[in-house]
Amino acid sequence: MSEVTPWSEVLELARPATVQTIYMVLVSTLIGVVGGLPLGVWLHMTSPVGLSPRPVLHRIISAVVDVVRSIPFVVLLVVVASFTRILVGKAIGSTATIVPLAIAAIPFFARLAANALREVNSTVVEAAVTTGASKMRIVRTVLLSEARAALVGAVGVTMLALIGYAAMAGAIGGGGLGSMAIQNGYYAYDDRVLYSAVVLLGVLAWGMQLLTDWVTKLVDRRRALANV
Amino acid sequence: MITVENLSKSFTQNGSRVTALDNVSLDVPDGAVCGVVGTSGAGKSTLARCISLLEKPDSGSIRVDGTDLVGLDGSRLRAARRRIGVVPQGDSLLRQRTAAGNVALPLESAKVPAAQRRSRVAELLDLVGLSDKASVYPDHLSGGQRQRVAVARALAAKPSVLLADEPTSALDPATTDSVLTVLDRARSELGVTVLVVTHDMAVVRRIADDVAVLEEGSVVEHGKVLDLVSEPGSRISSTLLPETDQAEPLRPNDRSHDVVAEVVLVGFAAVGALLPEASSRFGVELSILGGGLTRLGDTPVAKFRVGLSGERSESALKWMIERDAHVRRAPVSVDGVAA
Repeated sequence: MSEVTPWSEVLELARPATVQTIYMVLVSTLIGVVGGLPLGVWLHMTSPVGLSPRPVLHRIISAVVDVVRSIPFVVLLVVVASFTRILVGKAIGSTATIVPLAIAAIPFFARLAANALREVNSTVVEAAVTTGASKMRIVRTVLLSEARAALVGAVGVTMLALIGYAAMAGAIGGGGLGSMAIQNGYYAYDDRVLYSAVVLLGVLAWGMQLLTDWVTKLVDRRRALANV
Repeated sequence: MITVENLSKSFTQNGSRVTALDNVSLDVPDGAVCGVVGTSGAGKSTLARCISLLEKPDSGSIRVDGTDLVGLDGSRLRAARRRIGVVPQGDSLLRQRTAAGNVALPLESAKVPAAQRRSRVAELLDLVGLSDKASVYPDHLSGGQRQRVAVARALAAKPSVLLADEPTSALDPATTDSVLTVLDRARSELGVTVLVVTHDMAVVRRIADDVAVLEEGSVVEHGKVLDLVSEPGSRISSTLLPETDQAEPLRPNDRSHDVVAEVVLVGFAAVGALLPEASSRFGVELSILGGGLTRLGDTPVAKFRVGLSGERSESALKWMIERDAHVRRAPVSVDGVAA
């Protein structure tokens, strides 16, 4: 039996690992939303129930989104490694991991966003059409605005998925809490480090969920009382 | 004013062609309220969607103040849409915006400056009687209040035509009344031409000047409500006016009366005075065998089955016809017995 790692050393490992995980998840979520939202809007607009139905184009975008989404993340990591190297100069470390994370996040969020937009009541959208609003205006003032709670929820789901993906990336040198759990914990037979990392991942996921719920409540005005 | 001419629209449904509208024509003069009635499946919704410019008809024209709005695209279509304010069927308010925010929506599309927007929104909320609900979100409004906000929104961009699609379908009678009052006020205060598509005859009874009856995609009756009610075979007449006596067919006379007839009287003067005056002037005994009194808009309208006895019964009836009473009698056969 190896001797137990003192808590001070666990803490020394955990602190940068947590920061790295948060960094990876936040940056890739941001890229995922920035890239995925327009894609999701495009998906919805071209769909049969959208404002500019384009069946063929819709099927093509849909297929691309779903294919990328269905690639297992571990495979995606390896597949885009050379691309990552060109982009950030190296294939390991947390900054490098952001590249495959963002590539996974974009179609993931796009699909969730398209679903959220589809839930907006079609009567409301048509009412806006009859006011003579342009499509761009309807996207902004009706679709995105009415679906805001669902969209924030979708950001939360994306973040949680990315925490999982980022941990997976840790297995092949991605840094963060995943690395800590696998490299410093599992491979080193160090249960204290392993389980500390697991707990921290759990707390992080829970915290992000709480944050999402709070923001959702903040942006959702539906049940808000009059502020007279 | 709005003129719909020869509007046709068909859909392909499960491989077969379904004609929703077949050469529909109707026109509503400036500042009038026209009710478009019909059972479900008669083509009401399709007509409403065509006039809302949400659906392109296969043929025909929709002219507002003389300009044809069918077949426009892009920015010209959007400009055309501002000439027709639409109250869509069902819940159509943005739930993430206050009542005032909803009313402001068309003004934003029309790029009206913020200060003007605010005063216009205040005016409209006042018109629909919801000034105190300006900053309330739709989830906290009742069905009737939501519908009135929708009317205010439809009027925001100063359209010349207001189209309301089943505005009262989910409402109870009291709330229905508040929505109809608002539509009526839009006509009288803003001079908007109002088109109400509905299956509810109470709407026609309360606010319509004109009516169009849609049946299987065609207009089978169209005209002024007060003209149509006095026409014998009119469907509008039989639904809007009181029943006289459904069990007994109308006969030219019976055992106790020399003449039996159905009389439709329109307006205060006729309803109040015509029958007693005819009776005293010609010395005939006049009894009411059935029917009753109703009100269409502000106009009292009566439909009675009357029996007249006395030598001058025929003259009394003729005198009433001369004074615009609408009289229907059963045909008389040669020997004076009912045919």
